[in-house]
Parts: sequence; C-alpha cells; structure tokens
Amino acid sequence: MAKAYLPPKQTGIGQFVDSIFLIVLVYGCLMLPLLFNFGGGESAAEAPAEKTEITWQSLQQNEVMQAQWEKLGYSPEEAAELINARFDYSIEPISLGVTALVILGYFLFVLKYSEKEYRDVIAERFGRTQK
Amino acid sequence: MSTAATAESGKDRLFLLKVLGPIHVWALGVGIVLVGEYMGWNFSVAKGGALGSLIACWVIGLLYTCVAMIDSEVTSTVAAAGGQYTQAKHIIGPLMAFNVGLYLVMAYTMLEAADALIVGDLLTQLAEESGVTDFNAQAFVVLTIAILAFMNYRGVLMTLSVNFLITAVAFIAIIVMFFGISPWNEGVTIFHGDLLTGLPYGWIGVVAALQFGMWYYLGIEGTCQAAEEVRSAGRSIPLGTMCGMITLLIAASLTWFMASGLLPWEYLGQAMVPLYDTARMTGSPMLQTLLFVGTLFAAVASANGCINDASRAWFSMGRDRYMPTWFGAVHPRYRTPFRSIVFLIPIAVSFAFTGLLDQVITFSILSGLLGYTFMSINVIKFRRKWPLGVIDRGYVHPFHPLPALMLLTLCTATYFATYLGYGPQLLSIMVFYIIASIWFALHRYKYVARGDQFTMTWPRPAGY
Repeated sequence: MAKAYLPPKQTGIGQFVDSIFLIVLVYGCLMLPLLFNFGGGESAAEAPAEKTEITWQSLQQNEVMQAQWEKLGYSPEEAAELINARFDYSIEPISLGVTALVILGYFLFVLKYSEKEYRDVIAERFGRTQK
Repeated sequence: MSTAATAESGKDRLFLLKVLGPIHVWALGVGIVLVGEYMGWNFSVAKGGALGSLIACWVIGLLYTCVAMIDSEVTSTVAAAGGQYTQAKHIIGPLMAFNVGLYLVMAYTMLEAADALIVGDLLTQLAEESGVTDFNAQAFVVLTIAILAFMNYRGVLMTLSVNFLITAVAFIAIIVMFFGISPWNEGVTIFHGDLLTGLPYGWIGVVAALQFGMWYYLGIEGTCQAAEEVRSAGRSIPLGTMCGMITLLIAASLTWFMASGLLPWEYLGQAMVPLYDTARMTGSPMLQTLLFVGTLFAAVASANGCINDASRAWFSMGRDRYMPTWFGAVHPRYRTPFRSIVFLIPIAVSFAFTGLLDQVITFSILSGLLGYTFMSINVIKFRRKWPLGVIDRGYVHPFHPLPALMLLTLCTATYFATYLGYGPQLLSIMVFYIIASIWFALHRYKYVARGDQFTMTWPRPAGY
C-alpha cells in the first residue's frame, strides 16, 4: 500500500473564504454578463424596406394566423415586432474556432489532470503496482 | 443502514435513509423535467420554426435515450448519493468529479431559478387577466421556494411523495387538454395546415433548435441522485428512469402538437407560458384553469426536485471535502443535507429575479450538456476498467459503445446549436468551469483524502 496522504484540516475561516469565492465566481461569471447584457439570445427585427401601413397581409399572415393573433390580443403593429424578429446565424470562423478550442481544451485539461489524481487514488487504495 | 449511524473508520457517520421505490424515482425524474413541456421548449420554435422544433424534440429524445441507457447501467452499479459525481470519482478522477458535481448543482439551480421565474410570470399573467395592476410576484416566488426548501429540509420521503402527486396532476392536465381540444378536428379546433410554415431558417435552424430541444427532457438523469436512498438500486433506477423517458417522449410530442396547432410560431417562440396560452386559445375556462394549475404544479414539482438534487450533489462534495466540509452535514433528526439546501436557495432566487428566462435556461442546458459529454466518456472508461463479468452490474445497457458515440456526436451538435444565437453564454459558462477547475486543482484538492475517493468494493481497475 502507498503511504496514505493525510490532508490538512481546513479552519472555519478557510471554509468561509472558499464559500465566498464560489459565490463570487458564480455571480462574476454568470450573473454579470446577464446584467450588463454581453450579448446572446437576441433576435433582431428586420426593418421594413419602406414605410407602409402594417397589415396582416403585409405581414404575410393568412386568415387563420390573423384570427389567432387577434385572439391573443395582438394588433398587426404589435405582432409585427415578433413576426419580423430573426436570429442571425451567420458563422464567424474565428469565434467558432475559439469556442471549439475552449471546450476541447477544457475537457483535455480536466481529463489529463484527473488521470494524474486518479493514479494517486488507486495507488493509495490498492497499493502501487510493481514495475 | 436505514437506521442512524454506521461506524466507519472508528467514527460515526450519518447516512441518508433508504426509503424510496421506482415510483419515487419516476416522480423525481419526471417531476424535474415535466415543467419543460410547460415552458422553455418553445424557444426552440424561435430558433428553428415549429417543424424545426419537432425534429429537435425527436433528435434530442435520442440523446436522452442514450443518457438514460448509460446512466441506468452506471448508476445501478455505483449506488451512492451524488449520482454522476460519485461515478466520476470512481471511474475518471477527482477533478472530473468536482466538475461533474458542479454541472449537477448549476444545472439544477438554474432550472430551479427558471421554475421560480415561471411561477412569477404565471401569477403576473393571472393578475393582469383579473384586472390587478402593479402586481409584484417576487414575494410569491420567494414564498414558494421557501416552502419547498422547508419541505426538503424536513425529509426526502415527504418531498418526493408530494412531487409524485403534483407531477401526476401536471401530466394528466396535458392528456386532458389533448383530448379537450379534439385533435381529430383539423381545420376546426386545431390548425396545423394553416399555422405550420416550413423551416424559416432552413436546416441550420433545425440544428440551432437542438439547444432548447434539450429542455423537453433536461434533468431526467436526476433520477440517479436518489441512488443512495432507494431500497433496490438495480431495479428502481432503470425502471424509474426508463418509464420517465417514455412519459416525457409522450408528453413532449403532445405538447408540440397542441401548441403548434393553435399558436402562430412567431408568438410561440417567445411565449413564457406556452401551454397556458394554448389553453387560452381554446376558449374553455375549464381547460384554462386546468392548465394554470398544471403549469403551476409542474414548476413547483420541478423546483422541488431541483432543490433535492442540487443539495445532494453539493452535500456529497462537502462530505468528500471537494467543497468546505461544513456543507457535508446531515441533519441529526431529519437526515437531510440541510446546510446545502439552505445555501443554494438564494442563488436560485437571485437568478430568477433577472427575468431572463431564455438565458437562465441556457445556463442550465449548458451545464447539463457538459454532464452528458462526460457520461459518454465515462461509460467507455467504465467498460474498459471493469469489463462485463468483473463486477456485479444492476443493469447492462445494450449495443455498447454505440449509445456512447451517438451521445458524444449529439452533444457536439448541441454545442454548435448553442453557439448559434447564444455564443457569449456558452463562453461565459466555460470560463466559470475553467476557473473553478484551476481553483480545485491548485487549492482545494489538498484537503481531499486520496484513498477515500474510492469506496466501492470493486477489484483494481484494468490498466492501473
């Protein structure tokens, strides 16, 4: 058996500091981008080519669609904002590449580092193998 | 085991009570997820159109079938609290386990935030329809979550028994609504022929819709959080999980059918409570009331299950010193992870108060997605380290490694889907996990006892 690792005992203050760090991490990484609107989740409305009166016909809504919009309490003007909203799916190769690298790099790091830690766990639990 | 303390290493350690059966496992899984049929799934309509959303629903159904198959095998073999977190400790290693624990906590906490947000929106809508102005739903949101937290604090059996009842009502509401709108009367009571408009973004929209397609099923893997508290893990976990998946596939298809046949897709794609809106379109006060109750119950059941699951994952990490050990305490009387329950509630409520449902949901989806990516790697390593026959498995999933490879492929497609429209959220959550991983590796891991990470009575893994 490998000699058992004896972890230090964490003080109450140390535990408190770690808990605060985690809260700051959650709010810093996830809440701040939401509050300061760093982007994402936005669908922009396409501007009409020329200023015309908005009607159900100009919004290309058939009779059934029109009836359903009206049941929901929408006028053509109010519905136009929703009907004309569209996501932009244009792909920027650099941002896509960076995103892919970040995800791949993250998994490689976690798996590689875990493997190192796992060997210690197995060595302590089952003993070191003879080479 | 079901009694209080068991002596371990010369020191008394409290364990969770073994009181649950397959029906509780079903209620835990479906209870968390069923709210996904009542809200959130419809953002996939905004990303790919109504038909794109249906295709996403089925493709992601395949992803979750892989998840359920893989999870049933590993969980019925590693029957301990913490679910996938405990699996990662035994199969991949501490840093992966730490990350998996965080995925679970964040996925369920953000889902709980979305549930709270829906309760608020629903009550606001009711107030508006009743002519009440200046209604502030936040107090009701806090009250709802506080009551659920108290139930979780008091005991798991009562919590999940209540979940079973309210989940059953929410599921029955969908079935009653389906028959209530007479779906066989196309063109009279339902209008797919006139409302479906093809694929507004083409096939890239279908891929983009995969992101919110996950919302139909997200959280079903939560069944394995109860592994330490079920009487027979080998029977209850696979049975409860598979029945849950079948329930959700039926509910998801019915939900899409009703909503897309009564609401214009542009409205449906941004609606906060789409099934309730669908009920409003029928003009039936009975259906409207039923769907109001169904939506409320689904959100409450989901929040209830999320508090249960997130706190168990956090508790497990505290017990193993991956987090401060203060969180690893079990209540001496109720045997619940009471400190973990209380700690996570304010985080969920504060994210609910942002009011940004699609973005809060995206954080939950991404944490879930990272967890599914882990599962595909995990099961391959599990079979390599302990081939069939070496250890007792409660359940063996068929066609290995096909489900794992399919899962990895679909996860990759869903990362790309999230990049389309929600790229900044994808990067911000990756930054969160990267910083947390560095913190664990450089600081937190020194408090972890190495050999204690492997507690199963299995032989040495092959290759080590």
